Amino acid sequence: MLHIINKSPLTNNSLDSCLRVAQPGGEILLIEDAVYAATSGNAFESKIREAMGRFKVYVLQPDLEARGLADRLIAGVSPVDYGGFVDLAASNNNCQSWL
Amino acid sequence: MKFGIVVNEGPYQHQASDTAYLFCKAAIAKGHEVWRVFFYHDGVNNSSKLTEPPQDDRHIVNRWSKLNEEQGVDLVVCVAAALRRGIKEDNLAKGFRISGLGQLTEAGIQTDRTVVFGD
Amino acid sequence: MSEGNSIKKFMFVNRKAPYGTIYALESLEVVLITAAFDQDVSLVFLDDGVYQLKKGQQTKGIETKNFSPAYRALEGYDVEKLYVEKESLEARGLSEADLLVDVTVLSCKEMGELMNQQDVVLSF
Repeated sequence: MLHIINKSPLTNNSLDSCLRVAQPGGEILLIEDAVYAATSGNAFESKIREAMGRFKVYVLQPDLEARGLADRLIAGVSPVDYGGFVDLAASNNNCQSWL
Repeated sequence: MKFGIVVNEGPYQHQASDTAYLFCKAAIAKGHEVWRVFFYHDGVNNSSKLTEPPQDDRHIVNRWSKLNEEQGVDLVVCVAAALRRGIKEDNLAKGFRISGLGQLTEAGIQTDRTVVFGD
Repeated sequence: MSEGNSIKKFMFVNRKAPYGTIYALESLEVVLITAAFDQDVSLVFLDDGVYQLKKGQQTKGIETKNFSPAYRALEGYDVEKLYVEKESLEARGLSEADLLVDVTVLSCKEMGELMNQQDVVLSF
């Protein structure tokens, strides 16, 4: 299952909720304001590192670049473009947008 | 693969509509079909032909219309949500159609994947 | 896929409180329509979404329609799978007794497993 997050983890609990509910084998894609969760030095960094042990974590690269943080991506988070987003939606059986 | 897309937010205010559009474009480029885009909640505002962004900005409404014209993507605006927000046939942009919520359920039934974009 | 007659598992994920935004009300409208398509419908309430089911909503003072009785009408539409996450209830000091309909309370793990089994997950 693909879990799509679009909120900064510092202003919204959607990533926390996703990490609580998502089951092993799930994949997480950070888009829009959720890309901040994938940047080093962010207060959420330890949580995302812990989550990376359980889930494959992706970030939408154009959103990261737009926000001036392409050089702060946490190692191990996989950048994808919109085509990669489509591939993730296709390869997973279903997806939940944590709006 | 057939995709159904749901857009829950209006243009410009939130990035959801942009992300949904770029997802659709990428899906089509990869040979997938975007079977329907369903506009719900404030997403219905994506269909107003009265939209006039500044000239140096993207025209979100026209971009959707073009997707319908060139790729045949079915653009459906929820009637109940639209009427609440002052969207009617009179001010509906080209390529969109107003219909019932059942069209959203139908998209879920007929497509292989449903992806929701919102706030 | 066959045309129109396949039954799919639809899950509606409610994570937002009522009245502050319209999402809860418009989500309920889709649920009622989807029920008419004879699909396998589940409603789940997570995070602030559990507040949608709080008993005793009185909306006269905010001049807004109280739509909470509609949750009690769901049974009449054969929508009987209502799930609430235990952790979300507890985090808000609520229990099943505070809710206006009968629900099944699931742990976060059970909720995640249920979500995995769905064909279509709609969130608003």
